[in-house]
Amino acid sequence: MSDHANDGADSAHSPRRFASLTLVPKADAKLATRDFKSDQEVRWCPGCGDYAILAAFQAFLPELEIPRENLVMISGIGCSSRLPYYVNSYGMHSIHGRAPAIATGLAASRPDLSVWVITGDGDALSIGGNHLIHALRRNVNIKILLFNNRIYGLTKGQYSPTSEQGKVTKSTPFGSLDTPFNPVSLALGAEASFVARTIDSDRKHLSGVLRAAADHRGTAFVEIYQNCPIYNDDAFAPVTAPASRDERLIRLEHGEPVRFGAGGSQGLRFSRYGSLEAVEVAGADPASLLTHDARAADPSYAFALSRLDSSDFAHAPIGIFRQAPRPSYDELMSAQIEGAREQQGDGDLAALLAGADTWQVG
Amino acid sequence: MTKQVQQLDRVIIRFAGDSGDGMQLAGDRFTQETATFGNDLLTLPNFPAEIRAPAGTLPGVSSFQLHFADHDILTPGDAPDVLVAMNPAALKANLDDLPRGADIIANTDEFTKRNLAKVGYAASPLEDGSLSAYQLHAIGITSVTVKALEGYDISRKDAERAKNMFALGLLSWLYNRPTDGTMKFLGSKFAAKPEIMKANIAAFQAGWNYGETTEDFSVQYEVKPAVMQPGTYRNITGNSALSYGLVAASRRSGLPLFLGSYPITPASDILHELSKLKRFGVRTFQAEDEISGVGAALGAAFGGSLGVTTTSGPGMCLKAETIGLAASVELPLIICDIQRAGPSTGMPTKTEQADLLMALYGRNGESPVAILAPATPADCFDTAIEAVRIAVKYRTPVIILSDGYLANGSEPWRIPSVDSLAKLRDEFKFAIRNENPGADGTPGFLPFQRDPQTLARPWAVPGTPGLEHRIGGIEKADGAGTISYDPDNHDKMVRLRQAKIDGIAADIPPLEVDDPDGNARVLVLGWGSTYGSIGAAARRVRLAGGSVAQAHLRHLSPFPANLGEVLLAYDKVLVPEINLGQLALLLRGRYLTDVISYNRVRGLPFRASELAGVIEDVIANV
Repeated sequence: MSDHANDGADSAHSPRRFASLTLVPKADAKLATRDFKSDQEVRWCPGCGDYAILAAFQAFLPELEIPRENLVMISGIGCSSRLPYYVNSYGMHSIHGRAPAIATGLAASRPDLSVWVITGDGDALSIGGNHLIHALRRNVNIKILLFNNRIYGLTKGQYSPTSEQGKVTKSTPFGSLDTPFNPVSLALGAEASFVARTIDSDRKHLSGVLRAAADHRGTAFVEIYQNCPIYNDDAFAPVTAPASRDERLIRLEHGEPVRFGAGGSQGLRFSRYGSLEAVEVAGADPASLLTHDARAADPSYAFALSRLDSSDFAHAPIGIFRQAPRPSYDELMSAQIEGAREQQGDGDLAALLAGADTWQVG
Repeated sequence: MTKQVQQLDRVIIRFAGDSGDGMQLAGDRFTQETATFGNDLLTLPNFPAEIRAPAGTLPGVSSFQLHFADHDILTPGDAPDVLVAMNPAALKANLDDLPRGADIIANTDEFTKRNLAKVGYAASPLEDGSLSAYQLHAIGITSVTVKALEGYDISRKDAERAKNMFALGLLSWLYNRPTDGTMKFLGSKFAAKPEIMKANIAAFQAGWNYGETTEDFSVQYEVKPAVMQPGTYRNITGNSALSYGLVAASRRSGLPLFLGSYPITPASDILHELSKLKRFGVRTFQAEDEISGVGAALGAAFGGSLGVTTTSGPGMCLKAETIGLAASVELPLIICDIQRAGPSTGMPTKTEQADLLMALYGRNGESPVAILAPATPADCFDTAIEAVRIAVKYRTPVIILSDGYLANGSEPWRIPSVDSLAKLRDEFKFAIRNENPGADGTPGFLPFQRDPQTLARPWAVPGTPGLEHRIGGIEKADGAGTISYDPDNHDKMVRLRQAKIDGIAADIPPLEVDDPDGNARVLVLGWGSTYGSIGAAARRVRLAGGSVAQAHLRHLSPFPANLGEVLLAYDKVLVPEINLGQLALLLRGRYLTDVISYNRVRGLPFRASELAGVIEDVIANV
């Protein structure tokens, strides 16, 4: 397990740098949270979960120990996509769904930057679904934070690709008909090398996941349950309300036995056909109970974990589902260029223009 | 046997066969031999979009036309002097284009009952006298080739496949072409398969010998080298020239080249070419779709690369929103639209110039961009460099409107010296800290504070300390670049973006008019790939004693500053376009000039003879 993922504030002083930042310059001086606050007035609705995410993110950024100018935020369109305006770094508020594409071009051409994509459930999973899945399989060195509020907020309350079936909204007065996406399942199916989930209201957990994402070279995908108090209030109440939280939330810790429920009374085991089921620890065969392994090369177990999370939140795993590093796209691209230069020498423009078949006149 | 040698000043030949017959390769090789010999030349490949349409059918016919001469020429020619027809479909599809007296070299082996029936011939045209107006050479090209290759350890299928080399050898003899290049080419193409290599060389030589020894061909032709400007030449297609222009612009600007692209006909060859050039630091990204291709290019441009995307019409539709974003955030971006016949999928391998209005206006809001169009295959090189100059100097998207004819057509190109290319480094600077101190004297940065001359905003790339800023598609406050919904600010920004593009007119050459005798009352005005057809037509008119002026637009947004004056100087202005009158619409709207439109949208370049007739009609009615 990385030094950074779970050990709180001390990680800022770790001698080892976050894995995604190996080619990013180190800051000369220590930066503080306020250094990452822009002069723009934050304009989300009162009570919006985005405030908590922004605050946690800005507080986390000094831990990157990179100069502010080497941080770039790229977003699409939607409430969450306004976030780059509030972070004092470079940023682009781009087009609906296209942030992963724009970030891919930037990150692939500038390995010295730390590039973060801010997106939402409509932006990333509906209009931008294609770019998201391809960014994940390519494993470009970008960090994707998907704010999932299960609703379209900026367009004033239509159902989204993560809304539960039957959702009554302005555009679905008789209830929505489509089966929702499970963002974590989707990311795992798209060959993502890092997949995590966290919750807007759990600052400590959110910060830990951000650290782990920063410590992953390649595409890191983080789903953040985010409450929209205006159009979908309390959508995540089953996993945030103290009364039900402990029964339903499964906190994943790499290398630790999976335990949840009152006093950690429940665990997970594989059923005969490969799905996971919750069982009482007492009385279960200890060898059948699972210990969480985020590093498994095969994503099948992570996928099975992701299927525990249904629309009604019977069980909702949070934490790092998968963290299986592989070479990132930008590294491979740079290596091809270096290899070509080694083998063929630096490009000679005059020779290129002349080609192989020339003739002289005069 | 010594044969009679006849001197010609120009020749048009067309290789035609089934898509799998290797006609494009034979044409390419003949072109290369002809270029090396020193003729001026232009080519017109014409092939189906299907990789292997049903064999022997009309839709499966692939052809390659080459026009070469002892003087400078402007078009791939109207009517072939020689047609190589490898099967009945190739004969039928091309016969209408042949003038009486043309030579037809037909592969009799393929004129079987079944193949004849496939294209609706009741009897073989080689035998029923219907070709009596032509000089027919009926040769069993397949069987002669197979026989010539009997001693080689190759399959019958491989022997048959070498028939295109036999045809090439025969034509090479007929026009006395140098053969070293083709030998060398076959040597390297089949280096891994020595027996196939030897067989192809033998087939090529068998074709040459067939011409020399049989009595079927009594005359050998000679076309002397053309008088050309001194220099080193090569043959080049439009897509190669465009690729090299982009690489040259990258080198001359010091900006690393980033291409984001999705495969599409007829633009893919630019992606192929640039993907080979990693030693130049070129990054090519084959995206998941057209939107991602342009998005990644814009992302790279934000990061200080030379961001380029390549596509054709349907892809342009998909890129529209991102081009609008690039216009709004005012970053340099090169969009290459290799136009093809539309609408929708249209005819992917056929040429057209009907994307002009889309390039200008195909986005939401007032979204001005610069637009350039190359005139010839080799001109794609210079156009690419000029496009990059404008993009980096004015921080704007620039659309290059090439087309299928320029992309795949080729011509000799006098290779420029690297030092003679524009020094693009001098055209722009990245912003650095404190370049724009705030009004109160404190260091501040205004990402939309414009250069008073160019109206370009600073290009402040991530990684530059002190210039952190956010950009986006939402309207920005003039100067500060922060989000603004202020009505008057929006009006101002709309006008500033337009004024920036309009201002480029002062920084481009005036429109030149070719009016040799100075007496012309009719101007023919074109843009893009019609340059050659219009020029050749004007020459014909002048040779016949007529007076006509020709001008050709490379810059379509903005127009050259003197365009209005040029239009006023002539009684009639004729505008031929391979669309339904898109430039004409712009000219009428902008200059209130009642230009005469001439439009043909056949997926092929104009014929010079056709345009000459149109010009003469206009002259007659002045």
